[in-house]
Amino acid sequence: MNPTDTTIRPGVSIAGVGTPSTGAPRSDAADPVMELSGVSVYYGAYEAVRDTSMPIQEKQITAMIGPSGCGKSTILRSLNRMNDLIPGARVSGAVTYHGQDLYAKDVDPIEVRRRIGMVFQKPNPFPKSIYDNVAYGPRVTGMKVSSMDDLVERALRDAALWDEVKDKLKTSGLALSGGQQQRLCIARTIAVRPEIILMDEPCSALDPIATAKIEDLMSELSNDYTIVIVTHNMQQAARVSHYTAFFTAEVDEQQERHGRLVEFSQTGKLFTNPADKRTEDYITGRFG
Amino acid sequence: MSTPTITTETRPDSSASGDALTQRRSRPGEVAFRLAMQACLLIAFGVLAALLTWVLVKGWNRLDSRLWTEMPTGLASRLDGAGVQSALVGTLWIISLVALICLPIGILSAIYLEEYADNTRWYNRLLELNIQNLAGVPSIIFGILGLGIIARALGLGFTVITAAIVLSLLVLPVVIIATREAIRAVPQSIRHASYALGATKWQTVSRQVLPSAVPGIATGSILALSRAIGEAAPLIVLGAVTFITFNPDGLDSGYTALPIQIYTFITRSQSEYTELAAGAIVLLLAIVLAMNSIAIFVRNRFEKRW
Repeated sequence: MNPTDTTIRPGVSIAGVGTPSTGAPRSDAADPVMELSGVSVYYGAYEAVRDTSMPIQEKQITAMIGPSGCGKSTILRSLNRMNDLIPGARVSGAVTYHGQDLYAKDVDPIEVRRRIGMVFQKPNPFPKSIYDNVAYGPRVTGMKVSSMDDLVERALRDAALWDEVKDKLKTSGLALSGGQQQRLCIARTIAVRPEIILMDEPCSALDPIATAKIEDLMSELSNDYTIVIVTHNMQQAARVSHYTAFFTAEVDEQQERHGRLVEFSQTGKLFTNPADKRTEDYITGRFG
Repeated sequence: MSTPTITTETRPDSSASGDALTQRRSRPGEVAFRLAMQACLLIAFGVLAALLTWVLVKGWNRLDSRLWTEMPTGLASRLDGAGVQSALVGTLWIISLVALICLPIGILSAIYLEEYADNTRWYNRLLELNIQNLAGVPSIIFGILGLGIIARALGLGFTVITAAIVLSLLVLPVVIIATREAIRAVPQSIRHASYALGATKWQTVSRQVLPSAVPGIATGSILALSRAIGEAAPLIVLGAVTFITFNPDGLDSGYTALPIQIYTFITRSQSEYTELAAGAIVLLLAIVLAMNSIAIFVRNRFEKRW
């Protein structure tokens, strides 16, 4: 586990986790906005993750947890075809988005990414001004924008960054602190109004205070967006998510490691009453 | 098997020798290496300084406006009123054309190789290998190639454009390699961030990668042009005229260039010619140094820190 990532906020303990602050998972089992069925991801001949099936519920936070090398980030990147950028990467099975297979031949990965945005592990603002960082997405996607200034302000407000940067929109995004940079990256992502935001360990490079801000922001954003977050940090998953998927790495006869989904359920249930022995071992720290 | 006592014994014991921290030991290896490095630096700078001093002293009497306002002459008696204007203008013609020809081709090739080419394909790897090798081909070979293909087969003759094309080919590998290095130095995370926002490949390259790589591309390109400006060997076989008293007036014009002019002056026995050559060397060095300062300025001004 990443040592910088093990923040425990006062008053929150794993045992006390029932539901995240934004409320219970939807009881009405609406159609999931995304669905993975039998998804395996290969790098060349190597099968990195095998046979993953799980839903992504609309306007909920779904967390993927598990030890290093369990394939959770790989699965996350398969949700908006970022795996396409890795030479030799290949996906089998079906990833559907509103019932449409994202890996069908006629699907344009650029259109996919315009609807399913991504925030990365290490804050990666462009070496441009704060304003241009946020305006970049709307500009390249050709969004019809009546006022770019308003759009930038709204995105920065939604990312809880506006008050800190409103007087220095022309300064470089790289001049901000790590936590501010990550919120800038979130602002940049929501500026193109995606439906889903994927977050790949968004807090692992941040200090506890910055982490807390991002977590609050995630809860806030889940009113409008579907969020999928990969995290090393079980407490973080317990605090913010509605659903949790636990992955682990299995070693096969050829001594190769393959990621595998062990358990998927509502976060409260997974942390208090896991169905699988491996999940229980992991969340209670007996993972070996 | 080691026992815990061994590890404690091997640790420097500060209580036994109380002044171990304060006593500075001499380390001969460190000192020797430092001296060797300084000696190398001295040799490099010494040679440059000697060269500069020699040309400045030799050419001092000729360092005035005659150098660029007067034409060269073949008559020693008229040398007092002679300069190297035709060679200077020829060099400026050639180098401008080289920039126009080789920068677009070199930069676009580098973008292709770095961003678009699938380097698991054998033909792309072959292409890369060839470019590396081309950078090491002696310039006279390029001159002979240019003579055979561009001057004769294509019928462009001994003209400004022939010289410019051949010098472009000569420095093209340098431009490509420098540009590729600059593009490669742009972090992958920037490309991913751009793609994740729904940008296309060309948008990502043109709006993120290239602007971030501009300092490296500009530096490499200007250094490549500096090399082209000083080349004499290929121009010798490409019919650069030793004495001409007119400036080039078009792509198909005859020409001479500063390195050629210097070479022909210096082979003359009269000391006046040697002085004029030294003056021309100072002029050539001034152009090269000016170009290099532009490179340094561009790099410092636009450099990105990640």
